[in-house]
Amino acid sequence: MVTSITSFGRSGLYDWMIQRVTAVALAAYTIFLMGYMLFTPELDYQQWKELFECTAMRIFTLLALLSLAAHAWIGMWSISTDYIKPTGIRFLFQSACGLLTFIYVVWGIQILWGV
Amino acid sequence: MFFGAFFMLYVLGMSLESEQGFNAAAQMLTESFFAKLIAWGLVSALLYHFFAGIKHLVMDFGHCEELESGQKAAKATLVISAISVLLAGVWIW
Repeated sequence: MVTSITSFGRSGLYDWMIQRVTAVALAAYTIFLMGYMLFTPELDYQQWKELFECTAMRIFTLLALLSLAAHAWIGMWSISTDYIKPTGIRFLFQSACGLLTFIYVVWGIQILWGV
Repeated sequence: MFFGAFFMLYVLGMSLESEQGFNAAAQMLTESFFAKLIAWGLVSALLYHFFAGIKHLVMDFGHCEELESGQKAAKATLVISAISVLLAGVWIW
């Protein structure tokens, strides 16, 4: 019998694994971007724009964006199921998080390819 | 962080849109007290989340799961996070 229909994946184990895998992808992206900004103090527009125009960076950024969507969904779902006991309010909260996640993904893609 | 990411995406979009957008974003992050406060808050949350996350990954591999080793790992995470938050503060302010 299916007991949970709002979680990211069908099983808790699947969510557990996805959260770890996306965490590693996000950690790598965070290290790269922080390192890049730290080691180019005199960053100008041209250089910044060219960074995001190169395909490898777009792939990496989209990977981070989709990882963020899954990682955040699982994380926020865990928080909501821990702390928001009334079903109605919890469902509203999860829907709001889902909508915001969708907005981030579309907005991110627009920023990356609408350049 | 989840709700804060909104500001970060906004600034990223602004910075890539045009030269003026980039300069506006750069100026905002160097002069506006409020923008720097938000940025520092988000970066601090990210740094703590990052180090605590690494500790969790380490624990998933079966280390630091006993009482004393767990406490030591937790304290180390707090110390490393505090130091990096201060460094981020210097970098942003």
